[in-house]
Amino acid sequence: MKHIYLDYAATSPVHPEVFAAMKPYYESQFGNPSSIHHFGRQARRGLDESRELIAKAIGASFDEIIFTSGGTEADNLAIIGYATAHKEKGNHLITTKIEHHGVLHAFEFLEKQGFAVTYIDVDESGVVSPFEISNALRDDTILVSCMLGNNEVGTVQPVKTISELLSEHEAVLHTDAVQAFGMEVINVDELGVDFLAVSGHKLNGPKGIGFLYARKGLVFSPLLHGGEQERKRRAGTENVAAVIGLQKAVELSIENIDEKRSLYEGYRQEILKVFKEQNIQYEVNGSSNHYLPHILNVSFPGLSVESLLMNLDLEGVAVSSGSACTAGSIDPSHVLTAMFKDESRSHSAIRFSFGYGLTIDDVKEAAIRTAKVIHRLMK
Amino acid sequence: MIYFDNSATTKPYKEVVETYIKTASEYFGNPSSLHPLGKASERLLNQARELGATYLNVLPKEVYFTSGGTEGNNIAIKGTARLHKSRGRHLITTNIEHPSSLEAFQQLESEGFEVTYLEVDENGVITTNQVAAAIKSNTILVSIIHVNNEVGSILPINGIGQLLTNYPKILFHVDHVQGFGKVPLRFYEDKVDLCTISAHKFHGLKGNGILYIRDGVRVEPLMSGGKQERGNRPGTENVPGVVAMIKALRLSLQASKKNVESMEKMNRWIEKECFDLDGVVINSPTMRAPHILNMSVIGVKPEVVVQALAEKDIYVSTKSACSSKQSEPSKVLEAMGFDNDRSSTSIRLSFTYENTMEEAMLFVQAFSSTVETLKKVVEKK
Repeated sequence: MKHIYLDYAATSPVHPEVFAAMKPYYESQFGNPSSIHHFGRQARRGLDESRELIAKAIGASFDEIIFTSGGTEADNLAIIGYATAHKEKGNHLITTKIEHHGVLHAFEFLEKQGFAVTYIDVDESGVVSPFEISNALRDDTILVSCMLGNNEVGTVQPVKTISELLSEHEAVLHTDAVQAFGMEVINVDELGVDFLAVSGHKLNGPKGIGFLYARKGLVFSPLLHGGEQERKRRAGTENVAAVIGLQKAVELSIENIDEKRSLYEGYRQEILKVFKEQNIQYEVNGSSNHYLPHILNVSFPGLSVESLLMNLDLEGVAVSSGSACTAGSIDPSHVLTAMFKDESRSHSAIRFSFGYGLTIDDVKEAAIRTAKVIHRLMK
Repeated sequence: MIYFDNSATTKPYKEVVETYIKTASEYFGNPSSLHPLGKASERLLNQARELGATYLNVLPKEVYFTSGGTEGNNIAIKGTARLHKSRGRHLITTNIEHPSSLEAFQQLESEGFEVTYLEVDENGVITTNQVAAAIKSNTILVSIIHVNNEVGSILPINGIGQLLTNYPKILFHVDHVQGFGKVPLRFYEDKVDLCTISAHKFHGLKGNGILYIRDGVRVEPLMSGGKQERGNRPGTENVPGVVAMIKALRLSLQASKKNVESMEKMNRWIEKECFDLDGVVINSPTMRAPHILNMSVIGVKPEVVVQALAEKDIYVSTKSACSSKQSEPSKVLEAMGFDNDRSSTSIRLSFTYENTMEEAMLFVQAFSSTVETLKKVVEKK
């Protein structure tokens, strides 16, 4: 039986071109970029070029890109770093109830440090109202954080509108773009964000690397102290090969966004078509207007997620019940809980997510196997 | 090519790179995922942790994977100090720590902690007695570099560890980044509570490290997020990087067993040959790690020496890579009491297991002619 991986939102395999780009930096250009000799300069050049290209890819400038160990660190650096550095300016922070734990738990940490945090609700489609955010603004609000695309249900948040509503306020805006990157066209100026976090392994890049965009001039405290790397905003010997891989992944992920979107849109429709043909009762969770096409979250009324996952596993279909980072726990997803008061809906939800290398035949086959499992469980 | 800058970074072993690519291709699942691909990654991660623990003679649950030495030192120092600040706010370290420790302490000072920086002697070491004398009733942490990265001095970890057994409330962190695989450290016998190592210093890949945290010792994490690394270090685990690191760990320990003595001989031989050169002074103490040799070419800018040698395809460094861009004198050499002429002209040689006596001879040849030429240029001015 062929195993079918439909969990690209949890992590994605490294693209062969990414490996190819990284390899020389393990084999011959292995120097420490801080070294002044040939090997150091080679590594430095690769690092600088990658920084330049990534900056360009999102309409930012060279100095606005800070390489981190991944999405969690980038989110933490923006949120904890900015809030701590500006606490004398204000004590209030705003975020949403559907953020990734790398964001949500950073805010909970700040609450323990004495900050006041407002967590904005979402509607049933998992969308944040920009007006609720602007209503929550106080004179002492210093930071607003709203993700660009939700990792569990794929809803795309009105970050641009939020930014416009913030234009008269001194609060800065952070967005966690980990899941949206490569699926939405991102230009930091058009989006109007001050911070933006991206992770490599969601884009067919390596694990252990990510970046934070930080608008020029913004002051924030580093999480890691030490050497002069990343202009003192992130100490530690730069992970050069991974940065090179990240750059390649960024490049590949934005070169054909339209094609990818229509491809994955087709995959969604295929799954739903099979469900309809097989008379499966289902409800799609998330917005029907603004969503990331590579994420499809579906509830199957009357079924429990545990038995669904177990049986899909036996059928060789790898999906997820929510974000990977919370999948280990049996608690219902905080995202679905925020969307629905209905506990059974969040308890019967499965996330299908698509990515590089997946074919329509695999998707169809996975949908048929899923339908089979559901029929069996409904008996 | 002669690469004598292994304290800045090492070339990853071929097997390590192969392991990395194989793991990243075949085990790309997220260890937190429940499906077989996720489970397979999780198993691999656990195996790597168990193997790593075996090589380090500790328990698997005492091994925490980090993004490298800087993060390890930062979690150990800031994480313990912040968590235990209600118990006391006094911290002890030395004046020759790596910037990732030093700057972490400076950050803590700005948060209201009091830090004692013990001063090293002309050999670049402190004594156990200095630590004993600095301990106060509110001391909560002692953090000491095991092998200094610039001069290779070896600090008395065992003595300090034994001393601290009399102070069960004081935690003991060791920055073992330069020492690993070169100078043995026994985590349990030396009474170490926390210990940092970094993969790219022992032929692993950059972006990976281990923080050992003794069972029962707690830290406040620097980041918040998922439950990875038992909550102490959230973020999707870099499984291929970790597996590659454990491979490097094993290969380095093997190579160390086999070659550390010849590395030391080579180090001593270069020292002896360079000692005789006019205008060259040895800065490293006699008692030092086998892989580091620091010397000064008095009157010649160290960058010039580094570049002149590079033209002959020999790679050495000025001081530590992390601070090599600053043209200031070395803080470590100043701390050892050397004058400005000496502490602003130092170069560092750092070896690895695969370096050979033949390379050492070629180096000495090239170095002596370089020094002679450069000295003439300087004297003419």
